[in-house]
Amino acid sequence: MAAKKTTNEQVVLNDYESVIIFTPVLSEEQLKDAVAKYRSFITDNGGEMVHEENWGLTKLAYAIDKKTTGFYIIYEYKAPAEFVAKFELAFRRDERIMRFLTTSLDKHAQVYNQRKRNGEFNQNKKEKQQEGK
Amino acid sequence: MSRPKTQHNPGMVFNTTPETPLKKKYCRFKKNGIKYIDYKDANFLMKFVNEQGKILPRRITGTSLKYQRKIALAVKKARHLAVLPYVADGLK
Repeated sequence: MAAKKTTNEQVVLNDYESVIIFTPVLSEEQLKDAVAKYRSFITDNGGEMVHEENWGLTKLAYAIDKKTTGFYIIYEYKAPAEFVAKFELAFRRDERIMRFLTTSLDKHAQVYNQRKRNGEFNQNKKEKQQEGK
Repeated sequence: MSRPKTQHNPGMVFNTTPETPLKKKYCRFKKNGIKYIDYKDANFLMKFVNEQGKILPRRITGTSLKYQRKIALAVKKARHLAVLPYVADGLK
């Protein structure tokens, strides 16, 4: 009984990462609105934002919907398992989104993302550049 | 009859033995302790595809099976997100 109670009370949050590609036809303000909309979508539905990344207008490796560029937005968040289906349904309904991918992050991925955010990976390159100069 | 003075050396004639011994291949993930392959890092994934954008086999890259599986997944995710092309010509 006690074990059952705790499972009912505690909502298990998993770690996810969603990459979204928005159409390049959006203006800067429209993009900001869209990004903010999905950020609040996560927090309103029992999720927690961990990190958000914006690549800006990026060239695609191949054309999607006859467009060669797109805005890449990456959300890293904690959320219950049921959340992902809702989130992806919202993506499918949104005409501004050309492509999306949600992946669950394992412990190695979390460590990697944390280190990337702290800028540990480019240190060697920077040092090398400084030596070269 | 007497044998010709120049010694017969099959290695020299056919050049079957390379001048420098082949370096043993190794798995770069095991060696460098890389645990996670980022599907968003196009420059890194480029090392594991050929000019046409096909995933290189293990026998060429030397990757261990465990990480080859992860590479394959990462490349396929990257293709979906248009980080890498599905088909290409002269990628490198």
